[in-house]
Amino acid sequence: MSRLKIGFPQVGNYAQAARFLFSNILDADIITAPKITQKTIDLGVKYSPEFVCSPFKYTLGTLLEVIDMGADVVIQLGGGCRYGYYHELQNQIIHDLGHDVLFINLISAGHTDIKKIIKYLKKIDKKFSKLKAIRYFLLTKHMIKYMDIVEDYIRKNVGFEKNKGEMEQLNQEMLNQFLTVKSHHQLKKIYHKYITKIKNIELKKPKHITRIGIIGELYTVMEPFSNYFLERELARFNMSITRYTCASYLLFKKRKFIHKKIKKYSKYVKYKMGADATDNIIRAVDMCREGYDGIIHIKSSFCTPEISSMSIINKICKEYNVPVMFFSFDANTSKVGLQTRLEAFNDMIEMRQK
Amino acid sequence: MNCYLGIDIGSISTKGVVIDENDKIITSEYIWTEGSPVTAVKKLIATLKKNIPKDYIVKGIGTTGSARKLIGLMLNANVIKNEITAHAVGTLSINPNVHTILEIGGQDSKIILIENGIITDYAMNTLCAAGTGSFLSSQAKRLDIPIEEFGHLALTSNNPAKIAARCTVFAESDLIHKAQVGYSKEDIVAGLCKSIVLNYLNNVGKGKKIKEPIVFQGGVSKNKGVLKYFKEILNCEVTVDPNSHLMGALGIAIMSHKNSTGKTYDLNIKDISFKTRGSECKGCSNNCEILRIYKNEELIDTWGSMCGKF
Repeated sequence: MSRLKIGFPQVGNYAQAARFLFSNILDADIITAPKITQKTIDLGVKYSPEFVCSPFKYTLGTLLEVIDMGADVVIQLGGGCRYGYYHELQNQIIHDLGHDVLFINLISAGHTDIKKIIKYLKKIDKKFSKLKAIRYFLLTKHMIKYMDIVEDYIRKNVGFEKNKGEMEQLNQEMLNQFLTVKSHHQLKKIYHKYITKIKNIELKKPKHITRIGIIGELYTVMEPFSNYFLERELARFNMSITRYTCASYLLFKKRKFIHKKIKKYSKYVKYKMGADATDNIIRAVDMCREGYDGIIHIKSSFCTPEISSMSIINKICKEYNVPVMFFSFDANTSKVGLQTRLEAFNDMIEMRQK
Repeated sequence: MNCYLGIDIGSISTKGVVIDENDKIITSEYIWTEGSPVTAVKKLIATLKKNIPKDYIVKGIGTTGSARKLIGLMLNANVIKNEITAHAVGTLSINPNVHTILEIGGQDSKIILIENGIITDYAMNTLCAAGTGSFLSSQAKRLDIPIEEFGHLALTSNNPAKIAARCTVFAESDLIHKAQVGYSKEDIVAGLCKSIVLNYLNNVGKGKKIKEPIVFQGGVSKNKGVLKYFKEILNCEVTVDPNSHLMGALGIAIMSHKNSTGKTYDLNIKDISFKTRGSECKGCSNNCEILRIYKNEELIDTWGSMCGKF
């Protein structure tokens, strides 16, 4: 059998980490998916049920693009909401279109069946070594952690950059260098080099910094194309942005976080509401208490867990008198409407501060 | 003496207001946009210019409404702002105690909540134009009633027909059904006005605390029927200012006054040609729609690229 080609969907910059992991543990070619563009969305929309949420459409679009580039194996992640079952549907759609590909889902219905995954991986690469996989999995875990630290810093400060674009450029450079690392030591060295560089970038901060928290459905929050580059728009208003939803949180910290916090927040939420709805309610309370100037909640249209969290978040923000905005994104949202509302949001916050 | 011009270019109508140093209206004008904001604004400015007393000079221009960016560029405006802020500022200048602003325009509707003169919350309709002026006017045409008489006719009904308030498609089929079973025109018109109010309160006003004093504005506020049902359903007093349709323009004029740079504007735009040319960029598969703005055949700005290439 010839070398297989592997493709996977993308969200934010994390495709880079996935690429690092799979290229090191499997003897196979990794296809770098093209950046998400209008074409990706058109493809996804064309073959998706109309009322499915937009992460389904986006990821299906990318999967079709990588299959078009020759992928024989596609990898998908499930989620804690109905997204956990979407891979079945995507698998069916892809096969109905006549593509004979192996579809691997790493998390189905909230659980990871490691034995099954190893079986699949052995199918792709006969010489697959578990030891090597564990080693690189841990390395990838650290990589994601570093990526999230850097991006968190960038989000908080990019609005005050003197020369626009410097931070993003350094971040991309760092991500490219990450691909070549072989040990934790090397990874750490690159991370330290770039975080120092990024922290040394000249900033022009005003006296009062407007702090905005972004919460919401994970895919829409993490993939800038799907939220019409909301963070970039906010940075234009010189706002400092905080968001807790990131891969290292979702994959490694989420379970403990909820377990630890939920009892203390029983005034607002008593049960796990599916996906990140509970987390977002807790975050909203925390951010209100910390005196954030505003909260923006975003989700893809029809996202059920987030719909149920919205009314609670609205109540929390009324209680603490913190302005809150809700946005729902679909594949056809107009950008102009978003800009009008954001500008008004910014005006409102400025008026309050005066 | 100095004066400031505020223009609100909406989808259906274009409004212009000229104010003096004390933010008092000197003259105002209201015309139809008719799908061409550039022509409408030229016409608007020609009329306003005639009505401004000779000893006034224009020291600031502000634009708002959906064509604010294009017209702002055309007139070199010193302030270009969204209609939510503009409406709030305009209303506050006339009615400083206002708590709730209900606004229904041609294509959009919004609610603005104000506490101590500061916007605390707002919402705007999303996705569709259900329950806005353009729906009302198209239904008025269907019933062959001039839109100006629509409200008065609604007031004469004692038994408004029940019309679905959720969505215009349902509302329209309901309306046809009510007509075909023989409801009188005034009952249908009254039902339609009521459905607009219910739609507004269920969509835009959902979860918002509507407190007195309440001001109702935008083009639809001129419709007495809609006003009646707002009062009835909210069960409180709702005021409509005689200038309720001009609030956006007034607000943006005030903001232009506040941010005046001292520059003088001559308003001679009658003979300047202003054109927008759209094209699709083939640089990547985003296929951005690139808009090039030409002033007298000279390229002055380009909008619409995602990557910032233009």
